[in-house]
Amino acid sequence: MPEALLEITDAERRFGGGRTLFGKSLPAVHAVQGVALDVKKGETMGVVGESGCGKSTLARLIVGLDKPTGGTIRFDGTDLVAEAKADPRKLARKVQYVFQDPVASLNPRKTIRTILEAPLIHLRGFDGQKREERLRELMEAVNLAPEFLDRYPHEFSGGQAQRIGIARALAADPDMIVLDEPVSALDVSVQAQVLNILDRLKDEFGLTYIFISHDLSVVESVSDRVAVMYFGRIVEIGPAKEVFARPRHPYTHLLLNSAPVPGRKSLIPEDTNTELPDPYNPPPGCSFFARCPRGTDVCKTAFPPLDQTDGNENHRAACYHPHGDD
Amino acid sequence: MAEVTAGTAPEKKKKRGRPSAVRLLMNNTLAAGGLVVLCLVILLALAAPLLPLPNPDVTAPANRLQPLFAEGHLLGTDALGRDILSRLIWGTRVSLAVGISATLIAAFFGSLIGLVAGYAGGRVDNLMMRGIDMIMAFPYILLALAIVAALGPGLLNALYAIAVVNIPFFARNIRGITVGLSRREFVDAARLSGKSNAQILFMEILPNVLPVIIITMSTTIGWMILETAGLSFLGLGAQPPQADLGSMLGDGRKILFTAPHVSIVPGLMIFVLVMSINLLGDGVRDVLDPRLKSGALSRPVARTAVTRTNVPDVRPKTGTTLDMQGLKTEFHVGGDIYKAVGGVDLKLKQGECLGLVGESGSGKSVTAMSIMGLVPTPPGRIVDGVALLEGDDLFSMTDEQVRQLRGSVVSHVFQDPLSTLHPLFTVGDQLVEAIQAHQPLSSADAQKKAADLLAMVRIPNPAERLKAYPHELSGGMRQRVCIAMALANDARMIIADEPTTALDVTVQAQVLSLLATLRKEHNVAILFITHDFGVVSAICDRVAVMYAGKIVETGTTDEILSAPAHPYTSRLIACVPVLGEPGRRLDAIEGRPPVVNNLPEGCAFAARCPKAQPDCRSGEIPLAEMSEGRAVRCLYPETKEPIDA
Repeated sequence: MPEALLEITDAERRFGGGRTLFGKSLPAVHAVQGVALDVKKGETMGVVGESGCGKSTLARLIVGLDKPTGGTIRFDGTDLVAEAKADPRKLARKVQYVFQDPVASLNPRKTIRTILEAPLIHLRGFDGQKREERLRELMEAVNLAPEFLDRYPHEFSGGQAQRIGIARALAADPDMIVLDEPVSALDVSVQAQVLNILDRLKDEFGLTYIFISHDLSVVESVSDRVAVMYFGRIVEIGPAKEVFARPRHPYTHLLLNSAPVPGRKSLIPEDTNTELPDPYNPPPGCSFFARCPRGTDVCKTAFPPLDQTDGNENHRAACYHPHGDD
Repeated sequence: MAEVTAGTAPEKKKKRGRPSAVRLLMNNTLAAGGLVVLCLVILLALAAPLLPLPNPDVTAPANRLQPLFAEGHLLGTDALGRDILSRLIWGTRVSLAVGISATLIAAFFGSLIGLVAGYAGGRVDNLMMRGIDMIMAFPYILLALAIVAALGPGLLNALYAIAVVNIPFFARNIRGITVGLSRREFVDAARLSGKSNAQILFMEILPNVLPVIIITMSTTIGWMILETAGLSFLGLGAQPPQADLGSMLGDGRKILFTAPHVSIVPGLMIFVLVMSINLLGDGVRDVLDPRLKSGALSRPVARTAVTRTNVPDVRPKTGTTLDMQGLKTEFHVGGDIYKAVGGVDLKLKQGECLGLVGESGSGKSVTAMSIMGLVPTPPGRIVDGVALLEGDDLFSMTDEQVRQLRGSVVSHVFQDPLSTLHPLFTVGDQLVEAIQAHQPLSSADAQKKAADLLAMVRIPNPAERLKAYPHELSGGMRQRVCIAMALANDARMIIADEPTTALDVTVQAQVLSLLATLRKEHNVAILFITHDFGVVSAICDRVAVMYAGKIVETGTTDEILSAPAHPYTSRLIACVPVLGEPGRRLDAIEGRPPVVNNLPEGCAFAARCPKAQPDCRSGEIPLAEMSEGRAVRCLYPETKEPIDA
C-alpha cells in the first residue's frame, strides 16, 4: 500500500469571529471543519459537494493560499502550513493548483510565454536555453502549438485557456495538483479533451490529483476515491466505485438521485426542503438532519463521527442511520 | 502527438473585428476636435522661444492698454504695456507645464498609495486610506492655500499644493480597482508561480490598473490647470513678472470694465485649453474603459430590428403555439456579419416541452431571444423568417403589440435569477408589478394573486416571503420566484434559457420537476434551452440540436438519446461522462466550432466529422425528414439502430 502523500487531520477554517473594539464577539462561519483526509501517492481523490460546502476552501488550504484556523495538514511528512508561511516557493514546487475559470486565471495583459515562464524562473530557476526547451515540452504536453506562446489570453477559447492553466501547474514540476472545478466552465465537447489530457499527464508525470467538482458524473469518471462534503464536513468517503454504487449517507443518496442522467425521467419530489442550515447558527447535531428522511432524535444531539462502515474500512460515512444497514 | 498538435494549430490571424483604440478615438468627433485644438495649443506653447514675440516681461508704460489688433500688438497690451499675445503664449506654456507635472506627481503618488493599500488590505489599507480621508476632509482650495501659506508663494509651491490636493482622487480610484484585481484568480496563480508580493503588485496588477490611471489623468489634467490658474489668480502662484494664465486673469480683473480684453483673452485661453483636454479625456475614457467597451454607449432599442426582404407566406396551423420558420438573425459588427442563426424552424405544440440543445455559440439563445425581439439592436437584426404565435406573425406586429405579449402570453425564465430580479425591490413588489402590467387589478388583489403564485411554485409561507428581497432567498427560491413571475399572466409559452444551469444538482432536480408539473397543470408550452442531455431527459418531449446557427437534428427525446442520427449529436452524447458508467471512454470532439462570421460551405461540422466526404463540403445540406417529426441535416447519418452509449 503506497504511503499517504497528503495527510489532513481535523482541519478547520473559520471566517469572521473575533471581537469588536468593545468586546462583543463577532459572528463566525466554519467553512471547513473537522476534515480528515489522506491522499496516497498516484491516486485521484475526488471531492464532491454543492456550492457552499467548503470544497474550494479546502482546496485553497492544501495549496497554501489560505491558512487553516485549526488542525494540521502534512505533505510528504512535513508540515504544509508552516512551510507555506516560511517558504511558499518550496511548497509551490510540490503542490500546484488549476483554477475553475481558465480565462480569469490568466493575466489578460501578459503573453502565454510570460505566464508560463514565471514558475520556471521563480520556482525552478531555469536559464534562457533550458527555459525555452521546457516551454516547448509543456506546450506539447497539453497539445498546444508552440506558436501560441506569443499570444494573449483573450485570443484563446475556454478549453485552450484551461490547457494553458494546466501547463502552468505542470511547469513547477509538482507532485500533486489540486484541480478546482477544472472543467465546469467549459463546453461539454471541450470538457472531454481536458479530462483526457489530465488523465494522460497523470501517468506521464506521476502526478497525484485532488479533483474538486460539483459534477458527479465527472468525478465518478476520474476518481479512485471520493469524499462527499456537506456544510463544511466530509460526510462520506470511500473508493469511487463503492460510493457511487452503494452510497451510505442519505445526502450522497440524494445527490445521486438528483443528478440528471440521459435517459432518466424520474426526479425527486419538488417540495422537499433543499435549504442549507444557517451557517451563522448551525444546528447542534447533524447538519443534514433538516433535509434527511432517515433522521431520528439521536441525530440532533451531536454530529455523527465519520466511522460508519459496512465492513469495508475504506468506505466510511458520517451518519447514525446509513443506507445499507437496514 | 504530432497530428494532434497539427490539429490544434493556430488559425490564421484575422483582422480584428474591433477597430483599434486610435481609430475609435478619431471616430468620436468631439474628442478628435479636442485633440486637434490641444495639439495646436501645445505646439504654439512649445514654439514660444522660436516665434518672433516681444519679451513678455518688458514693460512699456507709454504703450499701456493698447486695444486688440493694435499696431505691433495683435492682442493689445496690458496695464504695464506688455504684449498680451506674447504673455499669453508664454503663460500657456507655464500653465500647461504646471498642470501636466502636477498631474504626473499626483498620479504617481496617488496610484502608489492606492496600489499598496488595495493590495495589502487590512491594517495597512485602513491606515493609508484614513490618511487620505483626512486630506479629503479639507476643502481643497483651503488645503492648497494652507500648503502655499506654509511654503510661501511661488509657482513651484503652487504645483506641490495642487499635486498634494489631487493625490486622494487618484488613491481612491486606484485602490478600488486594485482591491477588485487582487482577489482575482490570476493573482493567486502568480503567487503559486513563485512570485513575491512586490512582483505581483508591479508586474501583474499594475499593467491592469494602467488604463485606469491614464483615464483618471486625462480627466483630471484640465482641473489641475484650472486650479493652478485659481492659485495664480489669488496671487499665490506665478509671481510677477512671470506670466501664467491665472495671474494674467488676476491682473486684468482690476481693469475689467475699462480694458476687458486684458482678462478676456487669458480667460478664453483657459476655456479652450480645459475644454479641449476634457473632451479628449472623455474620449480616451470611452475608448479605454472596459465597461464602455462592451457597447454600453450604443443604446439598444426596445425591440430587435426586423429587415426581412420578403415575408414568407405561412399558413397557421391549429393547436400550434409557436410555428417558426426560416429564422435568420445576424449581428453586424464593424464590417463583419455574424450569422448567429441561419434558418431555424421550430414548432411548439400546446403544452409541449421542446429542448433546444447546443454548445455555447451555437445560436440557441439568439434563436430564443429573437422570438420576442429581445436581441439587442444594434448590432442584431432579424433578416428572414416568420414566427407565428398562435397564428399571428410576431415579426410583423407593432412594438406595442409585442410589448403586450411579452410577460403575458410569452414569458421568459433566465439562467441567473439574481441578475433577473431587481435587487432593491421586494419579491412581492416585483410580482405585483408583473401582474399589474397586464391585468387591471387593485393593489390588494394583485398582492393576493402574488401570494397565490408563490404558493403555486411551492414556496412555503408565501405571504411572508412577498416581503423578502432577492438576496434573502436561496438560488432555488429565486428561480421559483422567476417561474412564478413567468406564470403571472397565464402564459401560453415559456422560454426558459438554461434555467437550472446555475443551480445545485439537488435544487436543479426540484426546479425541473416543478416546471414539469406546472406545464401539465397550466398546459403551457416550454422552449427549454440547455446543453445537458440529462436535463433534457428529465423534462423535454422533443429535442432540437443546434450547431453553428442551424438545427442539425430534431426528434423525440427518446429517439435522439437512444439513436442519434447526426454525427455531431452522437459525439456530443458520447463525450459527456454519464453517472453510473465510470469506465466509459470519453471521445472528445477534436477541433472547434466554426466562427459564424466565416462559415464554411456545406456542412458546418464537416471539419470535425470523422465521416465527412467531399460532398459534405459543398452546397446547402437540407434538413431531411427521416420519419414523422424526425429530421437530420446530414448526408451520411448514423445508423438507425440504437447505439450502445
